[in-house]
Amino acid sequence: MLYMRALEANRHGLASDTLQRIEEVFDRVFGARANPWRHLGALAFVLFWIISATGVYLYALFDTSVQGAYASVEHLSRAQWWFGGIVRSLHRYASDAFVLVLLLHLAREWIYGRQRAFRWFTWVTGVPLLWLTLAAGIVGFWLVWDELAQFSAIASMEWLDWLGLFAEPLTRNFLRPDSVDDRFFSLLVFLHIGLPLLLLLGMWVHIKRLTLPDTQPSAPLTWGTLAALAALALVLPVQSGIPADLARAPQALTLDWFYLAPNAAIYAWSPATLWFVAVATTLLLVALPWLPRARPQPVAQVDPANCNGCGRCFADCPYAAITMQTRTDGIAEMRASDIAAIGADAKRGAGIAVVDPALCASCGICAGSCPSSTPFRSIAELVTGIDLPQLPIGQLRSRLKYQIARLKGEVKLLVFGCDQAVDVRTLQRPDTAAMSLVCAGQLPPAFVEYALRQGADGVMVTGCGECDCEFRLGNTWTEQRLRGEREPHLRRTVSPQELRVVWASTHERDRLAREVDAFRAELAARKQPAAAAGAEDHRYA
Amino acid sequence: MRRVVSIVGQGVLYAAFAAFVGVFSVWPSYRHLEPDQALLKLSFSHPGDRVGECHKRTPEELAKLPPNMRAPQDCPRERSPVSVELELDGKLIAERVVPPSGLSRDGASTVYARFPVPAGAHRLQVKVDDSVRAPGPTWERAVDVTLAPGRVLVVDIDPEQGGIVIQ
Repeated sequence: MLYMRALEANRHGLASDTLQRIEEVFDRVFGARANPWRHLGALAFVLFWIISATGVYLYALFDTSVQGAYASVEHLSRAQWWFGGIVRSLHRYASDAFVLVLLLHLAREWIYGRQRAFRWFTWVTGVPLLWLTLAAGIVGFWLVWDELAQFSAIASMEWLDWLGLFAEPLTRNFLRPDSVDDRFFSLLVFLHIGLPLLLLLGMWVHIKRLTLPDTQPSAPLTWGTLAALAALALVLPVQSGIPADLARAPQALTLDWFYLAPNAAIYAWSPATLWFVAVATTLLLVALPWLPRARPQPVAQVDPANCNGCGRCFADCPYAAITMQTRTDGIAEMRASDIAAIGADAKRGAGIAVVDPALCASCGICAGSCPSSTPFRSIAELVTGIDLPQLPIGQLRSRLKYQIARLKGEVKLLVFGCDQAVDVRTLQRPDTAAMSLVCAGQLPPAFVEYALRQGADGVMVTGCGECDCEFRLGNTWTEQRLRGEREPHLRRTVSPQELRVVWASTHERDRLAREVDAFRAELAARKQPAAAAGAEDHRYA
Repeated sequence: MRRVVSIVGQGVLYAAFAAFVGVFSVWPSYRHLEPDQALLKLSFSHPGDRVGECHKRTPEELAKLPPNMRAPQDCPRERSPVSVELELDGKLIAERVVPPSGLSRDGASTVYARFPVPAGAHRLQVKVDDSVRAPGPTWERAVDVTLAPGRVLVVDIDPEQGGIVIQ
């Protein structure tokens, strides 16, 4: 029942289906590792570094005075257009792209429902980053001190003044031509450096609960983005408007809508309406993880008698939900014979894994990493060190034996799939069994060898599309374990021809079916001695 | 062939991304003020007159106070709200009664308001009353102004410059 509930909770809606199809189109063009959709967070980090690097140069040449601010930016843009102008334009366009990427990142995670339950912390800590980004960017526009800066500064002050918190309206600082002095620009520089530093701190907190966060996109994506923005800087260099003049109000403006749309909204609506929209949006975003309340999934449970404290689950958990703590049950000090007497694993250390239920994603990657999850253990009831109550390893072994025992045909095939991708049960045939796990990462590699020993001719492992694992690292860890690059690894006694790994998203059922057919045909051919001699290694498709 | 298609596709999509960023960083243009409009700003930060008379302390009263607090006058803290009326070409465009700030109502009355007005020649009349004790406006001023399109005209209060400042 719990297992079915978990399946139901993972049903995808129309929006996620559509987005997934778009991402698959991009996969074909860019490849999953360079697909911007799959690395929006990492792309935001790259853009932040571009903004920072270009900002350092601009700061070095910026004059923090009323007379010098505009002139110094103009000098960069015109006299030094071949470098300073490009750097300025790159700074601006990378900032615009940062907002765009941030909004897409937010929308994508929401569409995929990745704001609920254990993900609430990452989601909620992302919300202030939006406002910090806007604040840092808007202040940056003021530094230029052209008519756009004047408009934005006054509009922003009018918005803040609506709160009535200040003894004197902030807007009075921009009332007359002599109202602004040099100290204003020193304050702006302080804000334009301080706010991005706060933003960086917020970004660090945002990814704090993730193991191996994706903050560095692949080189093709990084260079591709940089090249696109640099080309834009060359084709459409950023230019200042006419100098600010507080005796005149700007009439028509070329607004940067990524940052200055709220300034225009103040006059299109009213400061009060904009405050309402801003506060309501913030509250809604913060509340989204609990709207509607997600059905709680049973979290991973540690069996102290079978946990040997190796720390592999701690290393593999994508959400840092597992910590290693000192054992207090006294088993570490017991003699091996006494440990065997209570039916526990004799190889234990002084540590024990502890799961934080609030952080656990119920993905089962920890069960797949546990060395006690091997089905070859001789104990009657297979209990592992850390397991998912909704699909325990012992139950997995029983199902596997049952499924293989009922297979009939020339070639017997077992497909391990995951609930987040193609429903592998639709691939079942008399000669093909399919078992769906919560995540491909839940599969202990020894199950592959066990399936072959039980009579399967080949094993296929499938799961979410490349770089699209619902639980972030399930694909990566599984692939590394099966390749022998990560513990627990698949023993080399398994022939490469007997295993096939295919990553396929929910829409790629037909491709997966074709891969299954091709694998089946290869296995059938291998059963012919002549064909087997020329077989190649096609383990990873 | 597939690689060529991939490279071309990437070029097209990166170009679309750059175009999206470039376009919405300047377009559509925003009109803050109509071409034939000027801007009138009413803004002041001015403490109104005290609501009550100051009382001159007698020697006996002063003697009762600690030495460091023997101010010769005892004045009420609360200040009057500042009333302002703004007329343009005989038409009332703003009438405000601005209360003093602060929990004890002893701070300055502050206001900021903006009024887009047609450019051209106008007669501007301003009345300010900052005392509940004295009847009638404290300051009154009428000026003829010619506002160019986009011109900002500020109406402020500065007692040191004669009360109502229009510039």
